[in-house]
Amino acid sequence: MTDLTRLTAAETAAAVKDRSVSAVEVAQAHLDRIAAVDDRVHAFLHVDADGALAQAKRVDDGELTGPLAGVPLALKDILTQEGIPTTAGSKILEGWRPPYDATVTARLKAAGVVILGKTNMDEFAMGSSTEHSAYGPTHNPWDLDRIPGGSGGGSSAALASYQAPLAIGTDTGGSIRQPASVTGTVGVKPTYGGVSRYGLIAFSSSLDQAGPCARTVLDAALLHEVIAGHDARDSTSIDAPVPPVVEAALSRDVRGLRIGVVKELSGEGYEPGVQARFDEAVEVLRGLGATVTEVSCPHFVYALPAYYLIAPSEASSNLARFDSVRYGLRVGDDGERSLEEVMALTRAQGFGPEVKRRIILGTYALSSGYYDAYYGQAQKVRTLITRDFQAAWEKVDVLVAPTAPTVAFPLGAKLADPLAMYRQDVASIPANLYGGPAASFPAGLSEGLPVGLQVMAPTLRDDLLYRVGGALELALPPAVPPLAWETA
Amino acid sequence: MPEITREEVAHLARLARLALDEAELDVLAGQLDVILGAVAQIAEVTDAADVPPTSHAVPLENVTRPDVVVASLPRDAALAGAPAAEEGRFRVPRILDEE
Repeated sequence: MTDLTRLTAAETAAAVKDRSVSAVEVAQAHLDRIAAVDDRVHAFLHVDADGALAQAKRVDDGELTGPLAGVPLALKDILTQEGIPTTAGSKILEGWRPPYDATVTARLKAAGVVILGKTNMDEFAMGSSTEHSAYGPTHNPWDLDRIPGGSGGGSSAALASYQAPLAIGTDTGGSIRQPASVTGTVGVKPTYGGVSRYGLIAFSSSLDQAGPCARTVLDAALLHEVIAGHDARDSTSIDAPVPPVVEAALSRDVRGLRIGVVKELSGEGYEPGVQARFDEAVEVLRGLGATVTEVSCPHFVYALPAYYLIAPSEASSNLARFDSVRYGLRVGDDGERSLEEVMALTRAQGFGPEVKRRIILGTYALSSGYYDAYYGQAQKVRTLITRDFQAAWEKVDVLVAPTAPTVAFPLGAKLADPLAMYRQDVASIPANLYGGPAASFPAGLSEGLPVGLQVMAPTLRDDLLYRVGGALELALPPAVPPLAWETA
Repeated sequence: MPEITREEVAHLARLARLALDEAELDVLAGQLDVILGAVAQIAEVTDAADVPPTSHAVPLENVTRPDVVVASLPRDAALAGAPAAEEGRFRVPRILDEE
């Protein structure tokens, strides 16, 4: 019998539609898979078996239809789901059950997608390894002693260990793309404003963007179409048609496409094995009929410092909402302590070290006397990075670079050195500051571990990402995790 | 440029309502000095002088909706996640000195 957990989302949806398998059987197969392997992977923070089976039954009863009806999905724990524990990987929200669905969640439900549970992540999406989760790290299915990327390591690990064929991530500085890169999966950060942020617990509001994660390019595109589109509940949501991403994924055609290799996102700091796989993948694209040139984006080297001023500044403001009054933890309310003391104690106990670091950093960057030199200057650099992209679009259709400078590193390797962890985002951050779409696609292995190729495109040209990803997927051997630990 | 002292970190922690302990202040002061040393390189970008800042990737405009009353979150649902509620309201710790 076919192992239902090995099917793609597109195959699963087709099988459910023609009733060769029921959505309930598909959901149960994935719940069984989670029960069998997640004690070792730790992709999920919460599994909603009853909810998943009930939703699957609605699909089987014909109440819900659509291109992904009956397909299971793992939802990053930063998006609210009514009545389901939602923590954003933080102790400060432990036990909180949101009273409403995020727009992404509501659209998934309406499309008949079966939400299996909530996935692990770095606390409030701050990190590149999922080790900053207050609930313990997730393990990379390619090698359980290595990181699955971050912040969306639970979502990427769920895909790579066949616990779900689809997942949702969020990407503020690379949190969809870098986990995809190090797990050999597909991750897409849509154009900022392309997917509603309503119900996405805010980290850095001018950068946060939810997007699709999957094992295949077509599956990501199908999910992209389900969650994207204008939402009146998010004032930064773009009121424009969703780019034709499914059509682009199916075309798999890069003939005549002008590809620019970013000169500044290579060389020092990039592992030789990562650079080699990237260079080979670019040659494959050239062989498929794309034209390839090198493009200089001189301000990209300043993206990392600009980001680590802008994102913590916005975070220090956004996380002020965790005040021990409206939701979550309250510590030390003994009738003697003042509101301010209770607030400070609660936040000190509820937030982990990385979140505290960024709140302090952001508070510093926004302080009077430092504002112009740090936050103000970073916003000007953001303009220059945007202009670098705009200049590039005069010459090429898309830009490419390695997604991350390294393959998955061992758990614990960078925990004591925050700056080394931040450097994981060096190639992914420019697209966030600009706001355009960007994706990571599998580009082969280095020392047995996956390498990702990143594609960046102009605002609202998300379809171009899928053209490149689709072509590459067809031309390269698939990235199949050995999962040796399962039988060991 | 940066050299952030332990006292400055303690001040920032007070502003941010974080009751950090002594050990945390020691660790953070050292780490922030390193991080700020790295991010301070944006000062090198001299061609930024006459450039307008970008606060947001999408040009911001006011977004309005018709002024029509619609259902909002019911009060009990809004209070359900609160650490303490009383008489249909959020209950907060003491906010005034008892004198």
